[in-house]
Amino acid sequence: MNRKVLVIASIGGHWVQLLRIARPLEDHYEMIYLCTHPKCAKMVEGQKYYLATDFSRSDAWKLIPAFFRQLRIIWKEKPDAIITTGAGPGLVCVFAGWLLRKKTIWIDSIANANHMSLSGRIAALFVSRVYTQHQHLATDKIHYAGDIFG
Amino acid sequence: MIFVTIGTQIPFDRLIETLDRIAPELDEEIYAQVLKGKYKPKHIKTLDFIAPDEFEKVFQQARLVVAHAGMGTILSSLYNSKPLIIFPRIAALGEHRNEHQNATAQMIKKKNYAYVATNEEELRELLHQDLRPLKSIGEFASESLVKSVKDYIDLFV
Repeated sequence: MNRKVLVIASIGGHWVQLLRIARPLEDHYEMIYLCTHPKCAKMVEGQKYYLATDFSRSDAWKLIPAFFRQLRIIWKEKPDAIITTGAGPGLVCVFAGWLLRKKTIWIDSIANANHMSLSGRIAALFVSRVYTQHQHLATDKIHYAGDIFG
Repeated sequence: MIFVTIGTQIPFDRLIETLDRIAPELDEEIYAQVLKGKYKPKHIKTLDFIAPDEFEKVFQQARLVVAHAGMGTILSSLYNSKPLIIFPRIAALGEHRNEHQNATAQMIKKKNYAYVATNEEELRELLHQDLRPLKSIGEFASESLVKSVKDYIDLFV
């Protein structure tokens, strides 16, 4: 059976970066896309798409409904791996994935050129693999293999 | 047409006000995607939130792009070979949560991916020039990054 990969990001730069990594994976896996705006579905036409619950620091309480929605989608889809470029909604999704013992991958946004993002540092505590897009930020645990510019 | 975009999250009145002052000196229409800022520009046309698919259409028509240091816009500009001027948000002025846009702008400048302006004078000078795109990129991330992610997904199967 074809393996499934669930990918999630917030609308904007996170989503654009995620697509540059996820689209070439479509040839190998069944992809499930999640983003925080309904119109993002149009950018991945023909692929399975779910709306993710959004939240930011100003409405952080929505982290809880976001967690349960993202958890339910993982439960239903049973992906083999979950990939996110952030931010908050992606973080709760990889956390839900970790609880369900899924392979979880955090790819820190290239915008964080001086240090890892706060969400990335939190994700690094539990996800199965972390990438930075800046060679000078790579460590034993934080991988570097290139960036989204290509 | 010059297309201005400030992303999808928070207003960026300092950029819009600055552009509104420069606009009368230029012989070109300026369209700005503004969100709900307090400042009401007089010399530039504004659009509210634009959905990603419509965004692409406006983007295609632009000769030049002026933007905050958001990665979405930077990638779209490089991919569409549009000349881009980046004007980073300053968190100390309440324009963002942290100073990562400054870090992004410095990184972009160092890699020579786009033009960067940090104040009105620098922005004015760039807008009076006939700017060419500095670089363009393909559709996907580095092959090495995609391969590394794929190899990791395939591990232990």
